Amino acid sequence: MRRYVAGRLLQATIVVLLVTTVTFLLVHLAPGDPVSHAFERPGVSEAVRQQWRADFGLDRPIAEQYARWIGNVMRGELGYSVSLRRPVADVVAEVLPRTLLLVGLSLALSFALGIVVAVLQAEQPGGARDRWFGRVLLVLFSVPDFWLALVMLILFTYRLPLFPPSGIVDPVLYDGMSAGARMVDRLRHLVLPVATLTLLSTAAISRQQRSALLEVMPSDWMRTAMAKGLSRRSAVRRHALRNALLPSITLAGLYLPALVSGALIVEKVFSWPGMGLTAAEAITKSDHLLVTALVLVTSVAVALGALLADLASAAADPRIRVR
Amino acid sequence: MSAEVFAPAKHVRIGAHPALRALARDSRARIALVVLLLIALGAVLAPLIAPYGPEAQLDIARLHNQPPSPAHPFGTDKVSRDVLSRLIFGTRVSLAVGLGSAALAMSIGIAVGIVAGYLGGAVDAVLMRLVDAALSVPRLLVLLLVASLWDRVGIVPLTLLMAGTGWFTVSRLVRAETLALRDREFVLAARALGTPTLRLLVRHVLPNVLAPALVAAALGIANVILLEAALSYLGIGLEEPAASWGTIIQDGADSVTGHWWLTVFPGLAILVTVFACNALADALRDAFDPRQLPRGTTDALFASEA
Repeated sequence: MRRYVAGRLLQATIVVLLVTTVTFLLVHLAPGDPVSHAFERPGVSEAVRQQWRADFGLDRPIAEQYARWIGNVMRGELGYSVSLRRPVADVVAEVLPRTLLLVGLSLALSFALGIVVAVLQAEQPGGARDRWFGRVLLVLFSVPDFWLALVMLILFTYRLPLFPPSGIVDPVLYDGMSAGARMVDRLRHLVLPVATLTLLSTAAISRQQRSALLEVMPSDWMRTAMAKGLSRRSAVRRHALRNALLPSITLAGLYLPALVSGALIVEKVFSWPGMGLTAAEAITKSDHLLVTALVLVTSVAVALGALLADLASAAADPRIRVR
Repeated sequence: MSAEVFAPAKHVRIGAHPALRALARDSRARIALVVLLLIALGAVLAPLIAPYGPEAQLDIARLHNQPPSPAHPFGTDKVSRDVLSRLIFGTRVSLAVGLGSAALAMSIGIAVGIVAGYLGGAVDAVLMRLVDAALSVPRLLVLLLVASLWDRVGIVPLTLLMAGTGWFTVSRLVRAETLALRDREFVLAARALGTPTLRLLVRHVLPNVLAPALVAAALGIANVILLEAALSYLGIGLEEPAASWGTIIQDGADSVTGHWWLTVFPGLAILVTVFACNALADALRDAFDPRQLPRGTTDALFASEA
């Protein structure tokens, strides 16, 4: 087991290294550099720009910049974001928890919801309930993510002003609120982004869970359970579900990158200042250190998530542990 | 290699392929195919159907940002172009990018998957670790990064980009199928007869891995259409004034609440097309031998690809 984890960690390290190297290259190949974007002001002479480039080391060959960057990351230094004029580490520390909150909540909620829907479907496969849920899920599965977010925005902030349209707290009133009111304000800002992301991922998770349930249905132990007098419903809930949960744990790991993609869009629509929104802006401003750091953090998080999912399946299924 | 290598083995089949017959009985597949055919027809006949040209600015002073009306059922955009016409012409771009990249991604994925699965060993390990690496990065982030190399992306680079980021899951599925086939009797028999490797792969392995690749391709088209729109929405889509479903939405993105028709109609067009592709993928999966394609494959596919 320990060897397995060590192997997986090594593999994850190689993947992360590969991904960040490619990112570093891509951001440098893109037209413009942080200086040309961040200091786009008339009156700044070319000589001054060159001086800035020299100050930030941007005039050095790309291989040297990369070697220096790797060295710095090893020491825990992520560098300086030229476009935001702050240390990259500070930016990451600020935006990472926001995205984790969004993604974590949505993952938990969509798993709960997806499993409930799948159980309801699997109790009567091919029945009316199964078919209707299936159609609704296929629509959700096909809906463009940003479009669903925009429709939620139009419906629940403009037509029916129930929730705030953007941000994580009220920009004006938050400072003057009591502790309880602040909590409520934060929750109200969470509702629409989390609901959108949850709806989008529930479709994929529920379809997978239904398939997994249907796959274990013809097992001998299911026949035994029903032969001893259990109703189909309790047999599904008590016996089939436990055995069908395993593939979903693995799926959770596989699904993380897609969820991060979804979070990027949702953050954009609801102006949620998390990793995705920050990364999208950093890319347009060629802020190479910030982009590379955000991609680094994302790929580490995804790799850890996949590893955790694998360990969880091993914990849940002795057969995997032996292998 | 002679032509007979690629000729279908007619003498062993009586009537249509069982999967085709199962597909023809499936109401989902029938509806999805009709919808997709209508959409494709609309794309081909766009100049005949659309009331105006895709880039015609009708009257910039009086006809910009008009809500839907009998003359312009889907309204007009900020430079007085007819949204319905742009939507019809946009079908061409969205479908071309979707079909082109799916076909390309399928070919790359099948080639890599067969090679990795059949050769095994170091080749397999290296290829599959690369695929693992690629799959662990959110696809949208990769697209954003690569698309930033251009100011605005053209149709051909966009198609190549979608294909280049879309073949990973196909290759994984095909590799798994190939691994299972490698030691099957008919493959062993062909090898024992001294069939050259390439011919063996094309004639005996390829036909048996097409089923999962086809399902993946249908899902891939759906995914690419969604991603093209998402990229455009993020402002890194196709270059102006090309009309694609994504660019129309992008035109209205800064005034979603005021000019909702720029968001809602192209969004519905995307939803219908993607829904049809996904329904077709579901039907295809069920039509092929279930033992050949594990249940849940398409769902896991979607999860790891979006």
